[in-house]
Amino acid sequence: MFIKERQEQIITKGGDNSGLVGGKPSIAGSVSQRACVFCGSRVVLYPIADALHLVHGPIGCAAYTWDIRGAMSSGPQLHRSSFSTDLREKHIIFGGEQQLYDALTELIDKHQPAAAFVYSTCIVGVIGDDVEAVCRRVEAEKMIPVIPVMSEGFQGSKKDGYKIACDAIATLVGTGNRTDVSPFSINILGDFNLAGELWILADYYRRTGVHILASITGDGRVDDIRNAHKASLNVVQCSGSMIYLAKRMKEEYGVPFIKVSYFGIEDMSDALYEVAKHFDNESIMERARALVRDELQHLLPALEPYRKALQGKKAAIYVGGAFKAISLVKALRLIGIQTVIAGTQTGNTDDYKLLESICDDGCILVDDSNPVELSEFVKQTGAELFIGGVKERPIAYKLGIGFCDHNHERKLALAGYDGMLNFAKEVYETVSSPVWKFVNR
Amino acid sequence: MTDNNSMNCNACKQCAPLGACVAFKGISGSLPMLHGSQGCATYIRRYLISHYREPMDIASSNFSEETTIFGGNKNFNTGIDNIISQYHPEVIAIASTCLAETIGEDVQRLIGEYQSIHAGREGLPAMIFASTPSYCGTHYEGFQEAVFASVKTLASAEGKAGRHINLFNNFISTEDIRHLKEIAVDFGVDAMLFPDYSDTLDSTSWDSYCRIPEGGTPVDALRRSALAAVSVELGYILNSGGARGRIKNNFMTQSAGEYLNAQFDVPLVRTGLPVGIRETDKLMSILSDIARVPVPEKYRRQRGRLIDLYVDGHKYVSGKKAIIYGEEDLTVALASFAAETGIRPVLCATGGESGKLKETLQSTLGDLYGDDIRTGQGFSFEQIAEAAKELQPDLLIGNSKGYYIARELDIPIIRTGFPIHDRIGAQHDRILGYEGALMLFERTVNTLLEDRQRKSTTGYKYM
Repeated sequence: MFIKERQEQIITKGGDNSGLVGGKPSIAGSVSQRACVFCGSRVVLYPIADALHLVHGPIGCAAYTWDIRGAMSSGPQLHRSSFSTDLREKHIIFGGEQQLYDALTELIDKHQPAAAFVYSTCIVGVIGDDVEAVCRRVEAEKMIPVIPVMSEGFQGSKKDGYKIACDAIATLVGTGNRTDVSPFSINILGDFNLAGELWILADYYRRTGVHILASITGDGRVDDIRNAHKASLNVVQCSGSMIYLAKRMKEEYGVPFIKVSYFGIEDMSDALYEVAKHFDNESIMERARALVRDELQHLLPALEPYRKALQGKKAAIYVGGAFKAISLVKALRLIGIQTVIAGTQTGNTDDYKLLESICDDGCILVDDSNPVELSEFVKQTGAELFIGGVKERPIAYKLGIGFCDHNHERKLALAGYDGMLNFAKEVYETVSSPVWKFVNR
Repeated sequence: MTDNNSMNCNACKQCAPLGACVAFKGISGSLPMLHGSQGCATYIRRYLISHYREPMDIASSNFSEETTIFGGNKNFNTGIDNIISQYHPEVIAIASTCLAETIGEDVQRLIGEYQSIHAGREGLPAMIFASTPSYCGTHYEGFQEAVFASVKTLASAEGKAGRHINLFNNFISTEDIRHLKEIAVDFGVDAMLFPDYSDTLDSTSWDSYCRIPEGGTPVDALRRSALAAVSVELGYILNSGGARGRIKNNFMTQSAGEYLNAQFDVPLVRTGLPVGIRETDKLMSILSDIARVPVPEKYRRQRGRLIDLYVDGHKYVSGKKAIIYGEEDLTVALASFAAETGIRPVLCATGGESGKLKETLQSTLGDLYGDDIRTGQGFSFEQIAEAAKELQPDLLIGNSKGYYIARELDIPIIRTGFPIHDRIGAQHDRILGYEGALMLFERTVNTLLEDRQRKSTTGYKYM
């Protein structure tokens, strides 16, 4: 019933097969929920708010990524416009370099961005445009960094796009000369400030006495990124997308990194403690403990009614990255919900080992799934809630079960302690809605 | 206003394969496949789900670097195999992407090879191919191309000429498709609507998951389209224009109706999208001629109520300046509606580049056409925003992507067309026919009244 070649990418914990294999390319005709290399690069770089993001290619790639994420900025909003060279047939035949040059110079003059990212889409390499040369030329003329992002869609998967985005960011890192950097400075890697989540985290860290130097890339600024090498620690969330940058910064600038997650009480608290541990500073640690105590004092009683109402429910998780899935399993458990399906688009084999270790027996683990499989798994497991993105929503709704958007279009902050409460509330609201009385499931 | 060729900021269009996928969803038992990178299918699925809020399975042949260098033959075959084994479709409808077109993939040949290798296999689906490189035309041309390709592939002269008609409904809401069907039934006309995605993209709550949702124009009906008494096409422009920069012929020039006319002598009648009284009258008259019956009483009454409503509301909208935007034929239809109610269309803008918008507006609006109507072809939202600063419109009429402009100007927006990503119920947006105009006019007036109340310090209780 399923595609045979995908056997290694589906396991049941405690079942006959184990050792889920991740990182394989999607199979033609599988209706994968994954996107492409361009998508990976675009989502990572998108929140840098004072940069120009120019998509070099025909209109589609730019049209579908116009204001696509709820990545908020406290200042400039340039990232929320969608710029495209809008290539036409004549450019396909005669080349698009001039078009790119004209667009870049005009947009830089008009918007005065702090840097420009130029995304190559599928056909750019094929038609032989030398994007890197055009970027060098404009960089020299306009005196701002003009960074080629060689993200042709077919060159791999979304995950490969993350790496390309990291390389693009790395060209900025180290070029700044800020001198007034606090010794207790960290960079936040892999939070994209969806629904203002970065601001929640920044507030927590500030309360513990830790300063955020650069946020890469949520509410991001080019100048902060240029100085990011001066921070004493990289705190990496969504490690699938940003770990590569963290590793590069460790090698090139000696900045150590830790991996964290901000979803759920446990992970959020660990994120604060781990940073305090890094600084080996009792005052920071004490303030972190106090903060957690303080927050939990409010949060735990507030969660209790939701936990009672949701106790014993079963959930399906299908999200982009494995670390989010791991956090979600834990956060759901906290409110009494058992995860019965856990899948991701971009997890690797190691990630899945970890994911498997925290799931309960009987949980189906799946890599790079598709609607046919997901709908079947929901039926098999009797999941009553689906946590995913827009593409998973109709699967849940058509099967008559609740849905919680944990992807970049959500408007509700889910990170931190407030986020945990929002999450419980949202889950409760969807699962307990009276509308399910009318559906046949 | 500049006609800037070097770039596009906030496009008022999507790419051609998206339109093709929507049209292909209107064939019963079909599963679309995009020949290209994985991202094209995924982006388009996400974009369409945000509008239709329905499952949107679109497969991809999933090009890799190797595919791009050596050709897509292998991926194509694997893709088709996997679609068949998972979905058992009646039709696999394939659209090309810019990548496949640029490396010179001959999809028609790939289809032929697949079919000859598997000749005689039971349950082998029909295969349709639409050439839709995104560097030629917009999603609108992609939609028309898919309609044309489906008819061209399936229409067959075998059989007896019938009394049925082809009604090419164009890119309209699922609710409007249902309404057109109702109208045809009421006239006693046996009409094949194509593409009929009224069920596939607006289905009920399900008892169990449908891999391919029920509904759609039956393949058999498409086959019989060559035997129809007449084709009626809604839309004056369709894909008839010349997209700027087009060099080789990707066949995005002939409509399905034109093809059936040229190939099978099926007479063709073309009229606009029936929005408002004047344009609906035209369709009613056409159907009345075809069916040789007078316009049913039901529609006379609807028309009467609509006139009565126009009268009730005319002072609220009189002289209001509107910017209207969207696909070209929709823009023309909405402008016709606006003009006949007393709203002044000050800018009619579209991402399309047929070169025919102005003349079509002139001929459609007739005596209501004013020289102060600006037209913008190949327009982006950024260009619309710039024009709006100067034109100071009272409202916007078009898809939800113009919302940011309305917000900036603090004016209302009447959401209609595609996409509507910030409201639910886009499937049920009815604007066609007298009833559709009634609903659209009420919404327009009430939105203006709401805006006035909200901005007033008085808090009026009667408006």
